Formats: sequence, structure tokens, C-alpha cells
Amino acid sequence: MQVSMTINGDPVSADVEPRLLLVHFIRDRAGLTGTNIGCDSSSCGACTIHLGGEAVKSCTVLAVQADDCDITTIEGLADGDTLHPMQQAFHECHALQCGYCTPGMVMAAVSLLDEVPNPTEADVREGLEGNLCRCTGYHNIVRAVLQAAGDQS
Amino acid sequence: MIPVAFDYELATSAEHALSLLAEHGDDAKVLAGGHSLIPLMKYRLATPAVVVDVGRLSDLSYVREDGDHLAIGALTRHRDVEVSDLVVANAALLAEATRNVGDPQVRHRGTIGGALAHGDPASDIPAAVLALRGTLVVQGPSGSREVAVDDFFTGFLETALAPDELLTEVRIPRVPDARWSFQKFNRRAQDWAIVGAAVLVAEGNCGVGLVNMDARPVRAVAVEAAVNSGASAADAAEAAPEGLEPPSDLNASPEYRCHLARVLTRRGLEQASR
Repeated sequence: MQVSMTINGDPVSADVEPRLLLVHFIRDRAGLTGTNIGCDSSSCGACTIHLGGEAVKSCTVLAVQADDCDITTIEGLADGDTLHPMQQAFHECHALQCGYCTPGMVMAAVSLLDEVPNPTEADVREGLEGNLCRCTGYHNIVRAVLQAAGDQS
Repeated sequence: MIPVAFDYELATSAEHALSLLAEHGDDAKVLAGGHSLIPLMKYRLATPAVVVDVGRLSDLSYVREDGDHLAIGALTRHRDVEVSDLVVANAALLAEATRNVGDPQVRHRGTIGGALAHGDPASDIPAAVLALRGTLVVQGPSGSREVAVDDFFTGFLETALAPDELLTEVRIPRVPDARWSFQKFNRRAQDWAIVGAAVLVAEGNCGVGLVNMDARPVRAVAVEAAVNSGASAADAAEAAPEGLEPPSDLNASPEYRCHLARVLTRRGLEQASR
């Protein structure tokens, strides 16, 4: 069936099977491969994107459920060559090692600050509980989110 | 992991959803937020021929005061329950249980009605609704009926919902002055509870719902009776596993679950009586 959505401000339409997952739509139909697939079972958060402005795991959403919706992926955060403040904070705090979890981690962190603008360290750790970093680089990730929150306020 | 192919029907109203369910019967599954059903479909443990998507029925997403109850639309997302001022003020136990569901991304999608209709004994929401003595409003082809939460869960992933019925509202008695505690034991962040206990103490009326202590979500009836007749938290909690048959899995034996139920119930009662 035909689905249409806006991804990072651009309209994308495709004829899809109802069983197509949103993450596959984003990667394979829209060609935006910044969103990674990790566990494929809504545990790891690597596939986190924003659906209607909120962080969701795109491996557990059908593309048809996102019909007519507004989506932001990691590619949609930066303003040209200027990184989003969260991306800049991840860069400055060395909040990544292998980088695989990073797109999802950044998208979850941006959504967290939308809901909790001045988080404590505990808020950040709890708010990112849906995102796993197999390099276990959590300390610097938490520092980056706190730095971004400080820069934002 | 890719689900088995299915036909997709987007419901445009509750009535439309009911007519789709009447048409497709047992072949259809209702899709709300999808955070129970889609994983089951990806693992191919569920292979519905037809998926009826009720996720766009925004008129079933609300929290309202209704006399001595809160009325919560079945499609209210966990996040909206968690931060609802009305829920926090009148049924804080439910807000806290909801905060324990999955992680923020899951709570942005999953719904209270979906969590209840799935009937999973490992889910946090049923335990809280059992402790709070909620009522579920169900619509079917011949109209609407109310089901006490005690009568709703009938077996493992089985509920009193008929294939042609739709859960539309969850009604929770308002207990603004109740004391409560939600205890969840798990090994990792975001995990399911190995055992959990939702404890409510309101004017001599105790409610204890247990997570993962039987094939279906259950109340610890013996604990409630003991508390209501004046037993101490420690004595009452000893009865937590009475009459229950907890599951055995990689995380815990039935014996260990019984131990956890006693400990978590005692902690919950102690915290609620502070």
C-alpha cells in the first residue's frame, strides 16, 4: 500500500507491504542509513528516531503506522555544516567509541531534553535506559547530554 | 526479523474497528501502540491474517475525572499516563507503575489499553490496575459492557475480551489520599520484572497486585486480607505467594519467585505505611 511521510523535511512516498518496518523504510526506501539496526527487538535503541517529535524505536513501528507523519532521523539534526548542539556535545565529550549506538543515543538524548530540559545526572542515566552502548561508554555519553543541557539553558 | 505477511486495516473510528473485527473474527489482531504485538509478530509467535490498526483513534486517548473515578482512554500512551497531573494526584500508583514500563521510547508508543488487553503476567500495568480495583470498559457488537479487572485476566495472554470486542476505557477509583508503593525486581535497566508488587493502602482497604507470579496477572488476596485485619507488614507479606503458581524460566525458579514476592510485598507494605 502507498505510504507518504515527511523525513527531515522532505516528502517520501513508496508502495510498501504492510509488514515493512519503519527502520527498513528509512534505510532502504529513503536511503537514510544513519539510523542503525542493532538488536532488532526494541531493546538496544540503535534505531531510535523521532516520530511526531518523540523518540521511538523504528524497528518496532510499521511503516504504515507512520503514514502522514513527520519523522526526524540523525541526518536531520545538523543545520548544514553546523552540528546540532547534542552532536557537538557528543563530539567534544568524546561520547562515542565504535559509534554504532551513537545515532540512536543522540536522538534519544534530544528527545530527553525536550521532556526534561534541566536533567540531573540520574535523569540522564534513567532517560537513556532504552539505549545500549556495547563499548560501555556511558560516562562520556552522560557528560555530553549534561553539557548539551547546560548549553541549552 | 520480518513479520509474516498480513492484511492491514486502518480503523477510522471505534465503530469501524468493531465492524472490521466482526468481519475478520479470530483472524484479526488489534494493533494499538504495537509494542507487544509487533515484537510477537517479528518473532513469528503471532501470525494474524489481518491487523486492525486502532492507533489513530485519538478520541480514545484521554484522562478525565468522572465522579469518584478517573476515566482513561484505552489508547492513552504510557508517557501521557505517566505525566498526567490527574493520574499523579488520584492514582499515583498507576503513574509509578507506568514509569516502570520499558523505556522512554517504548512509553512514547505503548498504550494502557494495549498493555491490559495483551494480558501479560510480566507486565507492570495490570498489577497496578488490580491493586487499584479498576474497571475495564469493553465495546462489542451489541454495545458496551464493564468488566471488573478481577474478571478480566483469564489465563496466559488471555482475557475476557471476545474476538469481536475492543477495550475502550480504563476506569480507576480515585484514591488521592491512598499510600502506595511499586516494587520491581529485575537485573537490568528496562527489563521485565522477574517479580513485581503494586501495593495500595487506602482507608483500611489494601490492594496488592503481583507481576509474574502466575500464568495471569493476579492479586495477593491473602496479603490483602491479613493487612485489612491488622497484621504487620512482615506477617502479611508471608502470604504473598499463597495459592499462586509462578512460572519457571532462566531468571528464576518458582521457589525464588515466591521468595521475591514475599520480600517485595513486605517492602511495598512498609513503604506504603511510612
